Amino acid sequence: MTATSTTTVAPSEPVIRAPRSGPAARWLAVLRTPVGASAGLLLAAVLIMAVLAPILWTDDATKIDTSAIGQGSSSAHWVGTDALGRDLFFRVLVATRLSIGLALLATLIAVGAGLILGTLPALVGRRLGRLVTALVNIAVAFPGLLLALFFAVIFGIGAKGAVLAIGFAGAPAFARLAQTLVAGVSERDYIAAARVAGVGRFRIVLRHVLPNIAEPLVVNATIGAGGALLGFAGLSFLGLGVQAPSYDWGRLLGEGLNGIYVHPAAALAPGVAVVIAGLAFNLFGEAVAKGLGQSVVVGHLPPLPRRRPARADGTEQAAQAASDSDTVLDVRDLTVTFPGPAGPVRPVRGVTLSIRRGEAVGVVGESGSGKSLTALALAQLIEEPGRVEAARLDFLGTDLTAGARAHRHLLGTKFAMVFQDPMTSFNPSRRIGGQLAELVREHGGLSRAEARTRAVDRLRAVRVPAPERRARQYPHEFSGGMRQRAMIALGMMGAPALIVADEPTTALDVTVQRQVLRLLDSIRTADDVAILLISHDVAVVGQVCERVLVMYAGRIVEDLPSAELLTGALHPYTRALVAAVPDMRTDLHQPLAVIPGRPVSPAEQPRGCAFAPRCPLATDKCEQEDPALVAHGPGHFVACWHAHG
Amino acid sequence: MAELRFEDVTVRFGSGRRALTAVDGVQLTVPSGGVVGLVGESGSGKSTLARAAVGLTPLAGGRILLDGVPVRPSAGRRPMQMVFQDPYSSLDPRMRIGDSVAEALPRRGPEAVTGSARRAEVARLLELVDIDPARAGHYPAQLSGGQRQRVALARALAGRPDVIIADEITSGLDVSIQGTVLNLVRDLQRQLGMSLLFISHNLAVVRYVASSIAVMYLGRIVEHGPTDQVLNDPQHPYTRDLLAAVPDTGGAGMLDEPHPDPRVRAVADAEPADPHAPPPGCRYHPRCPIGPLVLADREICRITEPSTDHRHHAACHFATAKDTAEIGSTS
Amino acid sequence: MTSVSATPRAVTDWARGAVGSATDNAWVRFAVRRLERLIVSVWVLLTAAFAMIHLIPGDPVRAVLGPTASPQLVQAKRHDLGLDQPLYRQYGHYLHGVFTGDFGTSLGSGLPVSQVISQRLPATLELAVLAFAVAVLLAIPIGVLMSVLTRGGRARRTELTFTSTSVVLGAIPEFLLAVALVYVFGVNLGWLPVAGRSGPDSYILPVLSLAIGPAAVLARIVRVEMLAVLQADFVRTARAKRLRAAAIYLKHALPNAVTATLTLGGLLLSAMVAGTVLVENVFAWPGLGSTIVQSILAKDYPLVQGIVFVYGIGVLAVNLVVDVALALLDPRSAIRES
Repeated sequence: MTATSTTTVAPSEPVIRAPRSGPAARWLAVLRTPVGASAGLLLAAVLIMAVLAPILWTDDATKIDTSAIGQGSSSAHWVGTDALGRDLFFRVLVATRLSIGLALLATLIAVGAGLILGTLPALVGRRLGRLVTALVNIAVAFPGLLLALFFAVIFGIGAKGAVLAIGFAGAPAFARLAQTLVAGVSERDYIAAARVAGVGRFRIVLRHVLPNIAEPLVVNATIGAGGALLGFAGLSFLGLGVQAPSYDWGRLLGEGLNGIYVHPAAALAPGVAVVIAGLAFNLFGEAVAKGLGQSVVVGHLPPLPRRRPARADGTEQAAQAASDSDTVLDVRDLTVTFPGPAGPVRPVRGVTLSIRRGEAVGVVGESGSGKSLTALALAQLIEEPGRVEAARLDFLGTDLTAGARAHRHLLGTKFAMVFQDPMTSFNPSRRIGGQLAELVREHGGLSRAEARTRAVDRLRAVRVPAPERRARQYPHEFSGGMRQRAMIALGMMGAPALIVADEPTTALDVTVQRQVLRLLDSIRTADDVAILLISHDVAVVGQVCERVLVMYAGRIVEDLPSAELLTGALHPYTRALVAAVPDMRTDLHQPLAVIPGRPVSPAEQPRGCAFAPRCPLATDKCEQEDPALVAHGPGHFVACWHAHG
Repeated sequence: MAELRFEDVTVRFGSGRRALTAVDGVQLTVPSGGVVGLVGESGSGKSTLARAAVGLTPLAGGRILLDGVPVRPSAGRRPMQMVFQDPYSSLDPRMRIGDSVAEALPRRGPEAVTGSARRAEVARLLELVDIDPARAGHYPAQLSGGQRQRVALARALAGRPDVIIADEITSGLDVSIQGTVLNLVRDLQRQLGMSLLFISHNLAVVRYVASSIAVMYLGRIVEHGPTDQVLNDPQHPYTRDLLAAVPDTGGAGMLDEPHPDPRVRAVADAEPADPHAPPPGCRYHPRCPIGPLVLADREICRITEPSTDHRHHAACHFATAKDTAEIGSTS
Repeated sequence: MTSVSATPRAVTDWARGAVGSATDNAWVRFAVRRLERLIVSVWVLLTAAFAMIHLIPGDPVRAVLGPTASPQLVQAKRHDLGLDQPLYRQYGHYLHGVFTGDFGTSLGSGLPVSQVISQRLPATLELAVLAFAVAVLLAIPIGVLMSVLTRGGRARRTELTFTSTSVVLGAIPEFLLAVALVYVFGVNLGWLPVAGRSGPDSYILPVLSLAIGPAAVLARIVRVEMLAVLQADFVRTARAKRLRAAAIYLKHALPNAVTATLTLGGLLLSAMVAGTVLVENVFAWPGLGSTIVQSILAKDYPLVQGIVFVYGIGVLAVNLVVDVALALLDPRSAIRES
């Protein structure tokens, strides 16, 4: 219907395979892990025991045998007998129902009351909501047992009183949890969208808030049931819980303690039962939490294969680079591998580049291109389980493939990195000056005073106003742009030959971005420092750098002088990328250029050219064979079978 | 199709001494069926203004009028809808996308859609934004970022709004996908005739979509006029600064030679102002290359707030005076 | 849109503003806010302790004296306890009593409650403080070591052993641990005393039973927090600075992990305060814990009230110390407005 409906051109837009993402499927997946399965089994066993034991063994448990009072373990009575000659083993088993049942009841009360208190602020007005929140915050400071004792005084001794006591004692913690979860969800845009759409407050809580907090709530309820069980056992143990003639594990424990010198099994058996049941609840809850929350891919990479011979695509560039004696960075065939759910994943494959002193090189790419990982790999900052391999990785003539430890001082003083997010790149609990000074104290052997002076000096060089005062401040007192400048100052503490900047201005306003980029450029010209600038913004890279490397799906697809970006790009992806960025001269009467399809994720790299599914020039050859990077002119390399001549 | 007018709108957060005035006396009109682009950096208050328009943030002063009538939040039809920035949090992850869109359909009143007609309407809306209606049963996790933004757009359209506010809707998307959403927005606006307030920090994108541009700085609108005029002949120094800072692949370098005058260089490196403590007088004066820090005789910038009685309603003491041709035109 | 009214909120806002303007210092603001919260919490605690008795269904006096006591006796006792006065008068009297150190008289022993408490408090205090010290001294080094050894999925077997051990230990409630320790060291081996508070070795088992569970949980938390901090951007910056590994772990990672640990550690310490109740009962330790259980069973309400109040104050004190420590370690949390 519109001229630009390229998205319904089916093959280029893959539908993500529908995971059976219903909640049932996720919980089942948890049961497949070893911890989840064993905890689940244990829990099931406990619950079955709770149901069946009284049916099977009540008589055995209540049979009084005055001839066998206070006996120890024997073949007749596995755990012995109590003061009235009753078999303790069966008593422990039968007590399961009361112990578990009361604990579950108390948990229900705690969760119910907690949920109401926790969601109340979202439903009622601000004043009342704040009052409720404040009361909950005060109550939550008190440990459960104290609250339980408090309520036990009010509700009285006995099973009923104890259930109410433990239930209400657990309510503040759940209320606080519910509040936190509700607050977290309320921040999300879909709640705001529902409000704007006119959905009522009550309906928002019911349809949007509750389903999104249900999972963590249930998980915590499971763990809470374990806690309630222990709390109940404690109360009964003290004599404040279940009263004779009823008996639960706590009561049995209390009775057993008195005779522990003579008859230890009487105390230990119910204790073991409590621990097992408590563990079952806790472990199951935690297994579920882990399964639903994180999806940490656990995998091992196969042992390093024998070194593959250097690929043809690198040699041309490398030949050019090796001839220059002031090459700062010389990389050939860099590959980064991570373990993945379906085998190893290579977000960076076969990257070759070289940078000379004072040169500004840009790497441009979208999400999934591997550009940031390339930067980290160059800086030797990729840790296990990731693995970095390269045919050559030379920095200032030194081979880095031996690992970072061997060249600590070299890298510390000559290789500077500027990361993307200025908000989190500094240690929040230490002052900026100290964090800068640390570098030269470690690598240059400077004294404290000298290092401090140097830090202030560098801050001044990056045009941070009032540098002496600023050096004594904490990172949160700096604005975003100033923090990036401090990052650059950190890199300048040594005498760097290379600054690798990974999306340094993405999180900054455009006017601040200009300041930071100007700073980098002035450092480059003043000190002959090489700059490797990584960005998703073609325009920025085109402006700042002399040479641009375009990355797609882990490979470099084009290496060209930035002057040729607008008119002389040869790879279809580069051309499309440049065309897709709107600028101040875009034709307003035409629809914006779009690249159909989506960037490829590292797990789905196809066999041939990764861009083929989206490429207007693609042929069969492109899908079968991956093109190598070949020269198409001075300083211009393209990896495409159909690059425009 | 309705005219949205902000009359002296002020939004304040907190109270007492440490109150933050995020929006300060904003006057802005989105003409019926027109597109106004709102441009600003962080701390400018543009998102706060948007949220105030749809009733998510209370006003501390001023009024918001729709066709001359103050907007009153009520059940039933909501004439103003919004599309948010983050495609990953604008859809409920536990609701199917069809249900998310259906939720926004009016239930009461003359335009109510009920019963089986709802499903048909959801399908129609999804088709409108180029999403296969058969996917209404999918969850947001199965859609890409661009697709999610389009679903959010369909949801906004479901309420048959007169005005749509788009708050940085393409900032979270890859460049190659951005175009799809922008093209769609432009086409739908022309087709359905809604008034559109398009907020972005990206001048090039705003230029593509909007017929007039308003520039915000520290809670105030500092320039406002037809897009081509504002971008080709900016009247306010901040607008000029923004334009100069836009990286342009083929255009003039932003890394050109530093200015010979050290005062201009100093001003170019000045820190962005803190919204909690706006400077006295003209709020832009600490960063202004034609202001009191550079030109000694412009003390007035430090003392008096500028009026907007200039071309493009520019809030600058030294902007060109309003010419007569402009006085008669609608703002 | 919000109109100013002379509500308590407006008054506190004004007061806060006045103090804030006097010294526009984040620390002063933090101290004022914290003090505010402390005062309110103490007041809520007092009121709850007071209300506790009045919320009991039925007649507390009759519960103490038994169903066979004569009405005159009940009436006399009620007058004795001041329970025939109007509620607000009782409340005022109670508050006045608290501020002058008069918590009433124990119904069981006839002694002033404050005396009973001051006799028994030191034993509980020693136990709690010692247990806390032991828990922290065990947990932090072990947690840090574990995080270093098992980061990035290394040393799976070590991780499994550590996790399962700490989970099991953490799941055993302190009174069960106490019973088990009594059995092993008291009954079986006979190495350590298991009742009463006498020489130094009588402290070992009670302290251990209180400390081991929280130590296991804390060690696990320290490890998890360290691992999370090791993923943080600023640790990546520290690694980019090519600092020595020890410097990265101890100077950069640990202080930031401690701040998150501290909050949970505070909760654990509060729980430990409560745990003394149970442990004291196992070891016949002459502290407040054994007293409170007896007094609940004996319905000695004034004594219960007093002990509940003291425990509550202890918990509030722990929270205050944790908050101050947090503020010192992480300056941002002091600045953060509530």
